[in-house]
Amino acid sequence: MSAGPHSRTSSRDRILARVRSAVAAAPEAPVPTRDYLTTHTPDDPAAVLDLLHENLADYRAVVHRTTADELPLLLMRLLAYRGSATVLVPPGLPPEWLSAADATRIHDRSVSTAQELDAVDSVVTGCALAIAETGTIVLDAGPGQGRRRITLIPDHHICVVRVPDQVVASVPQAMPRLDPTRPLTWISGPSATSDIELDRVEGVHGPRTLEVVLLQG
Amino acid sequence: MSGTYLGMPSFPEAAKEAVHNVTLRANLRHATHTIRDKRALAVAELADWAELREAGKQIKDHTLRYLDRYLEQLETAVTEAGGTVHWAADAAEANRIVAGLVKATGEREVVKVKSMATQEIGLNEALEAEGISAYETDLAELIVQLGDDRPSHILVPAIHRNRGEIRDIFQDRMGSWGRPAPDGLSDNPTELAEAARLHLREKFLRAKVGISGANFMVAETGTLVVFESEGNGRMCLTLPETLISVVGIEKVVPSWRDLEVFLQTLPRSSTAERMNPYTSMWTGTADADGPQSFHLVLLDNGRTNALADEVGRQALRCIRCSACLNVCPVYERAGGHAYGSVYPGPIGAILSPQLRGIQSEIDASLPYASSLCGACYEVCPVAIDIPEVLVHLREKVADQGGKGHRLEKAAIKAAGWVLDHPAALAAGERAASRTRRLHPRKLPGAGAWTADRELPELPAESFRDWWKRNRT
Repeated sequence: MSAGPHSRTSSRDRILARVRSAVAAAPEAPVPTRDYLTTHTPDDPAAVLDLLHENLADYRAVVHRTTADELPLLLMRLLAYRGSATVLVPPGLPPEWLSAADATRIHDRSVSTAQELDAVDSVVTGCALAIAETGTIVLDAGPGQGRRRITLIPDHHICVVRVPDQVVASVPQAMPRLDPTRPLTWISGPSATSDIELDRVEGVHGPRTLEVVLLQG
Repeated sequence: MSGTYLGMPSFPEAAKEAVHNVTLRANLRHATHTIRDKRALAVAELADWAELREAGKQIKDHTLRYLDRYLEQLETAVTEAGGTVHWAADAAEANRIVAGLVKATGEREVVKVKSMATQEIGLNEALEAEGISAYETDLAELIVQLGDDRPSHILVPAIHRNRGEIRDIFQDRMGSWGRPAPDGLSDNPTELAEAARLHLREKFLRAKVGISGANFMVAETGTLVVFESEGNGRMCLTLPETLISVVGIEKVVPSWRDLEVFLQTLPRSSTAERMNPYTSMWTGTADADGPQSFHLVLLDNGRTNALADEVGRQALRCIRCSACLNVCPVYERAGGHAYGSVYPGPIGAILSPQLRGIQSEIDASLPYASSLCGACYEVCPVAIDIPEVLVHLREKVADQGGKGHRLEKAAIKAAGWVLDHPAALAAGERAASRTRRLHPRKLPGAGAWTADRELPELPAESFRDWWKRNRT
């Protein structure tokens, strides 16, 4: 490295000294006030769920509602409809979820390369939580979700949200429930671009199809 | 700043060319009007927008006041989470650090997620000089890079290009960078996005080094945050073995909770969405998930100069949403290139002269690249009073002197004397009214002002005379 420890230290000290002298004469700045709302939604679980459904769909995620009993059949149907022969499975995914699916299970091993994962048709995961007001699912790489790359490379992602315990109304309600030491991925609808004349086009690099299953009961 | 910006003409000169380009004006008008209308709807959904804006402003002001403390806290947190922190006083030092880090991996190519900071320091060119190829992976940045062009908007760098131009660039240039565009590529946005997907995927899947910026850094936890839409960010942030993030020192916020404000205001202000499709947050390195080597380069490059200016420092609150560009009547007509900086529009007009100083012709002209209509202040989600800073910077430019400013000063001085002597003013007004047919249509010495403006017609009688006749 051309910048040795000595020059690093001196730049660090120089920048911090410049900062200190720049603000030396500035008045003290108080702790910020937070007069904004913690939620914009009535405290009614059914209304929050409907809002989540509506906002997910508005950003072109495909939304399904089901129960624990019917989940395996639904997942089988979604994979079959898509013609998926292979499905990525995070290590901690409840085994019964895919008990009815025909697709071959693929596991993300430490030796698997990105190219190998690129050949997989679909991925099924859980999530850390979902935010109704923004139509967002948040993944925190927990056991039912796996590494960040498995929900990125395949073109089809099915994400299961447990209702009501994984659903919050708003962003301020989500923050205290998330652990910043884990890698976090916030997903609102499938990959999209608006770079060409601001026309929204789904799917550039991330999965072009996002299906969210709201699992009740 | 990147070498392509050196020797830029002053804003009025650069803008003159742009306003005569009919395609450019049409592309810009369509884009800015579409996005500003959508943004108004997205903002109207939140009843507490004013309170969120105030909280964002206060969080940023508080951070800037104690920036030294928060930077040190950030450094500790990132280091404890397994990252390495580097400090770069200027562009040259930042480029040297990054090039050194890339070389240490033995790699000769890197994938980049769009980053204003790395454009500001001209990183791609610096890496190229060291024999390292840097691939931009944001669709708009790719269009700019393949077209050997410059970005013209903070959020949509290729806003000045329409679909036909983009198709031509892809067809002509993709092949020389990697996978060529498919035969018979049309100008349909879906097909164009697909071509970009195929072209870039081979780069993502083999990349060993990723380079990013960050929208926010959290001092308390050492977390970095990148907002994006396409998934190119996720690719760059998670697939490579080494990740290098170059981030301006003003991007730090004190606490994890502070993000809840910007997670609500940034997407709605920038892409006019409730939330952008992807936001990635990472803290140092994680076991077997993502890059196992993480470097954070903290960049000053003029930011401490801006911080030292008590009026101008509010520009450092900027979260790069670009709402101010989309409402600006001057940006809409002049386009981003006229500003001669990676930061165009109203925010660029106050940021660039502070980061770079006002010595050059372009930087001295930027505080005047505005009609001071105030629309930029209205939409700013962190309440930067851009008109206030523009006027403040104009004062600095005027103090610096120069031909125009000497004339202006003499005129103001004379006007001051006349206004202090009412009899002289009354006599002057009367004389002006009586001789009005003899007045020239253009003022000598004020050509820059009168070239595009009609001089006001003088009334046949001064107000004082009229008042005397009618009211006394």
